[in-house]
Amino acid sequence: MSTSTVIGTLDDESLPPERTRRQRRRAAHNVEPSSHHRGPVWTALGYVGMVLVVLLVAVPLFWILITSFKDRGDIYVRPAQWWPSPATSDNYHELTTRIPFFDYVRNSVIITSATAVAKIVLGVLSAYALSLLRFPGRSVVFLVVIAALMVPNQITVISNYALVAQLGWRNTFQGIIIPLAGVAFGTFLMRNQFLSLPGEIIEAARLDGAGPMKLLWRVVMPMSWPTLVAFSLITVVNEWNEYLWPYLMSDDETTATLPVGLTFLQNNDGVTNWGPVMAGTILAMLPILVLFLFLQRQMIKGLTAGAVKS
Amino acid sequence: MQSSVTDSRRDTPVSAGPPEQVGPAPRRSSGKAWEWTLAALLLLPNLVLLVVFTYRPLLDNIRLSFTDWNISSPVANPVGLANYVEWFGRDDTRVVVRNTLVFTVATVGISMALGLGLALLLDQKLKGRNLVRSVVFAPFVISGAAVGIAFQFVFDPQFGLVRDLLARVGASSPDFYQQPGWALFMVTVTYIWKNLGYTFVIYLAALQGRRADLDEAAEIDGASAWTRFRRVLMPQLRPTTFFLSITVLLSSVQVFDIINVMTRGGPQGNGTATLVYQVYQETFVNQRAGYGATVATIMFVILLAVTVVQVRFMDRGQKS
Repeated sequence: MSTSTVIGTLDDESLPPERTRRQRRRAAHNVEPSSHHRGPVWTALGYVGMVLVVLLVAVPLFWILITSFKDRGDIYVRPAQWWPSPATSDNYHELTTRIPFFDYVRNSVIITSATAVAKIVLGVLSAYALSLLRFPGRSVVFLVVIAALMVPNQITVISNYALVAQLGWRNTFQGIIIPLAGVAFGTFLMRNQFLSLPGEIIEAARLDGAGPMKLLWRVVMPMSWPTLVAFSLITVVNEWNEYLWPYLMSDDETTATLPVGLTFLQNNDGVTNWGPVMAGTILAMLPILVLFLFLQRQMIKGLTAGAVKS
Repeated sequence: MQSSVTDSRRDTPVSAGPPEQVGPAPRRSSGKAWEWTLAALLLLPNLVLLVVFTYRPLLDNIRLSFTDWNISSPVANPVGLANYVEWFGRDDTRVVVRNTLVFTVATVGISMALGLGLALLLDQKLKGRNLVRSVVFAPFVISGAAVGIAFQFVFDPQFGLVRDLLARVGASSPDFYQQPGWALFMVTVTYIWKNLGYTFVIYLAALQGRRADLDEAAEIDGASAWTRFRRVLMPQLRPTTFFLSITVLLSSVQVFDIINVMTRGGPQGNGTATLVYQVYQETFVNQRAGYGATVATIMFVILLAVTVVQVRFMDRGQKS
């Protein structure tokens, strides 16, 4: 596996100036960074800790994975089999034929992409207005947007459910997507990004006669791609994993997303038939884990931007 | 949540990010008519959505809490404070509040302590640390529902992973499905497993931005590792700890997916039911939306109060 290049991105390179300063200092002191006062015992303990952590995360995932490839009978044996023999794809077959699994996938893709696109567009436009346009009451509007983050979804669902049900929008895509489309965190993130851009460049573009929309597309956005990518990624992950609202809105496979469909699957069998259920959780986890594998640095940037950077 | 972020940005020395007004040099005029119109056009869709689907229901929720509404009927009769009186008097309230407290304190405390510990560990120059960092963070991006279902089987008292491991050391597995205490334990462990990556990543980013020279100076002065940790490192991490204490608390209190898929609030009716789960159960299962709205309102007031106390506490810490 080319893990060192792909996975080795959760590293310190996100802070280049600090890094080089530290490196220079270390070079001057000629010592090993961060471990200069650690003896071999500490280093060994460090590796023991790392192994323990990896086991704690990986063993449950491995357990789910092997279960999904076991024969039905082999799941219910003691002591447990730690390797599926014989390995079978029956669970995946059952999952994809006996229940409308691909409908759930389709719904998840539709709802995730529509909500994410709406949030990204609205977030960028709102942030642009709140950072680079001048109008009365700007800080009040900003506060109204940001304060929405203090209101948990769980408190608004009752009234929203009533509203959407009244419109006849239960079990429809718009009923799930529209109430989720308002964007507070993304506006905050993009606004900070736009405010951090060098004022001279924007001023120069304005003097060159760039209109406000041209300014956004030709000047502001090209300088903001990394933040936009980070914002988009965490939005996609959040929407893909969104549970409570789609769960309340969907009664069946016409609109149920993958996480909601998994819950139906669990309910269908009086006694849970773990094989297909584990296969379903594996398939639900896989797309996001693959996305994470390739784009983790950008994802983490989006998460830490709100905390450490600002 | 984000108001806390703005607060911490204003109050904390650690802010390395963009200061409030670094953007384009503010022009003297306060804008022209076209600029106002354009701003209104750009902001309006988002504002309408936030008002209709966040602020309106927040207020409507308070109104509903004084009614006997049942979620499907068009009529909601006013009942005054009856729902509130009922909530404070009911036996299951004590159980639900206790569950919420145990779950929240355990998840916030453990995930922050472990997250900091792991961040310190993986900030060391150890081979393979980048891979381990990814592994620790990965569960955070998986759907809570999928994690919950998977861990239901991990904890299965008959054929689960935990039972198998315990059997190998000669111990028997507790009945995670039937015993309320163990069920709450199971849900708590699952939540921490999934969300540890968040506190870890935030602490790691804070550690990478810290001033290593302070630590080196303290070491030259002969300070022990523990003293350096308490006197040099922790004060520098204070804004991060504060930020995490608010965001992690808010998200733990709100957890629904894991509890819903793992236990449906049970066993024994409310063995793992938290306030949020009670809101759902009363409103959508028992069809008592008025009562559910009451619980939601109480929960919102508690969350608001806790956040205000945390912000105050932080402010005082800053001054001293």
